[in-house]
Amino acid sequence: MVTRVKQRMVMSRLLQALPILVLATFIVFCLMQLIPGDIAVTLAGENASQERIEQIREAYGLNQPFLAQYGQWLWHAVTGDLGTALLSGEPVAQTIARTFPNTLLVALYATILSVLIGVPLGILAATRSGSKLDGAIMGTASLGVALPNFWFGMILVLFFALTLRWFPATGFVSPFEDFSQALWYATLPALALCTNGIAEVARQLRSSLVEIQSSQHVRTLHAKGLSPARILWLHGLKNVSVNLLTVVGLLFNKILAATVVVEAVFAIPGIGSSIVKAVLEGDFPVVQGAVLAMVVTVILINLVTDLLCTLLDPRINAS
Amino acid sequence: MTHLTLSEAEPLPHWEEPALPVRLLRWLRRDPRAAISLGILVIILGAALLAPWIAPYSPTDQNGELILAGPSAAHWLGTDDLGRDVLSRLIHGGANSLYAALLAVSVALVIGLPLGLIAGFAGGWVDTVISRLIDTFLSFPAIILAVAVTGAMGIGLTNAMISVGLVFAPQIARLIRARTLVVRQELYVDAARCFGASPARLLIKHVLPNAVQPVIVQSTLLLAVALLAEASLSFLGLGVQLPEVSWGSMIARGYLYMSIVPEQMYAPGVLIMITAVAFNTLGESLRAALDPTTQGHG
Repeated sequence: MVTRVKQRMVMSRLLQALPILVLATFIVFCLMQLIPGDIAVTLAGENASQERIEQIREAYGLNQPFLAQYGQWLWHAVTGDLGTALLSGEPVAQTIARTFPNTLLVALYATILSVLIGVPLGILAATRSGSKLDGAIMGTASLGVALPNFWFGMILVLFFALTLRWFPATGFVSPFEDFSQALWYATLPALALCTNGIAEVARQLRSSLVEIQSSQHVRTLHAKGLSPARILWLHGLKNVSVNLLTVVGLLFNKILAATVVVEAVFAIPGIGSSIVKAVLEGDFPVVQGAVLAMVVTVILINLVTDLLCTLLDPRINAS
Repeated sequence: MTHLTLSEAEPLPHWEEPALPVRLLRWLRRDPRAAISLGILVIILGAALLAPWIAPYSPTDQNGELILAGPSAAHWLGTDDLGRDVLSRLIHGGANSLYAALLAVSVALVIGLPLGLIAGFAGGWVDTVISRLIDTFLSFPAIILAVAVTGAMGIGLTNAMISVGLVFAPQIARLIRARTLVVRQELYVDAARCFGASPARLLIKHVLPNAVQPVIVQSTLLLAVALLAEASLSFLGLGVQLPEVSWGSMIARGYLYMSIVPEQMYAPGVLIMITAVAFNTLGESLRAALDPTTQGHG
């Protein structure tokens, strides 16, 4: 039952995302122009002859106007050609295809953990708001926000891998090879990443639930004699679920970014470690391609959350 | 409760706004959490500023006979893999970490404030262009953009934190833009305009002071994020470079020898967390104190 109002809103959301997507690709392209020095010289490698440099300038279209270069790069990117890595010679698209699933698995795992742990904590704190339990949960949450993930990851390695030997300390198995093994390896990284998420989900949920519970209509429901659990479910959680969806969407993006650092702790061959490695080695086609992949993913996730919220929000149907 | 009409009421006493230090003290007395956070930050900042005088050793002095030693009377927190005093490195590292956080937030303010002010004040196509740009930058995963910009500008703590500042700038810009949109409608801005104030004067004298409050709160919160960003980037090897030290690089070092001396990894992490919590708590308290709808709270 998608009404016309909703159809129109979905269309406008899609149209709004388009310029952001184009602008983002432009920023990623410009980013690499920040590199001091001549890209052609870098590409040609050390001790290259002047002819070789000119050849490369020609081959990469570096002698063309800036916008023409951008157009060419964008067209190649859209058709899946992101260039090749300077050092290994591997096509960048292939590097991304090899590493991104690992990162996505860890980030998704951490997001699911954040919701599974954060939602009950948020409800618990909200239903007992003002109590000692509420204080304890919210106090822990403010610690969770300030916890450096990668450092927490190291502590997890120390206890659960080196001391208790429950989980492998570092390394990774591709989810396409052996999914259960991949989950096994992804557990500690996901735990390290979910602390901020748990804190954020619990805080947001608590504050929206407390706000709803103090509203007039919930007070009326109490007066009518509905059980608190029923009120919480029917009028509290249903009302905040749309809100929560936005939080989870943003959270996934945050966790995706934080994975970059955590991958280094656990030696996960993800897209984050490829970006860091490429930055340290000055391999800019890889940086450019991988950052582009990340940004496009984030923009698409924002768009999907936005669309879902539009479709699910009952208030939009009214008019 | 009886209602007084205006004529019956006592004449209002002359009200004078107390001086800033007095208001600050009153606020801290009302809000113990803010007072504790501020106290912690003053201690940490003080230790960082006085590092050369209060640190028992130089952060780079190596003692070949004391490698990875545990805590002792001479070295309260032990020594690292090169025989350097961990406590001294923590104190000096704190100076670098705090410098990094302040640098990032300053860069964000220098870029974000004018952009947001101009967008909100000018309106029209200027606003549309700047707002789209802000939206786009906000859709970038922050740490990844910072890593990439650091790569493009060159590795090192200052460049890394300028990158982090660039990444924060759109947040500041969006905040100040939203406030500017409200403030520019105010009567006193109109009045100043009628008296012939130039746009620049309007912005700096009338709009900025009245729109800046949420930015103060956000900057305090961003200091915590910047501190975590410094730790992350230095851990990845993109931030502070040898022989300099920061809390992030100490964690990276400690990680290598974690199974022998785990406590060396704990100390910098705990300090980062305490400092970040203090910035966050102070920011939240400031928000409550500056927000007119929650006056008297806390």
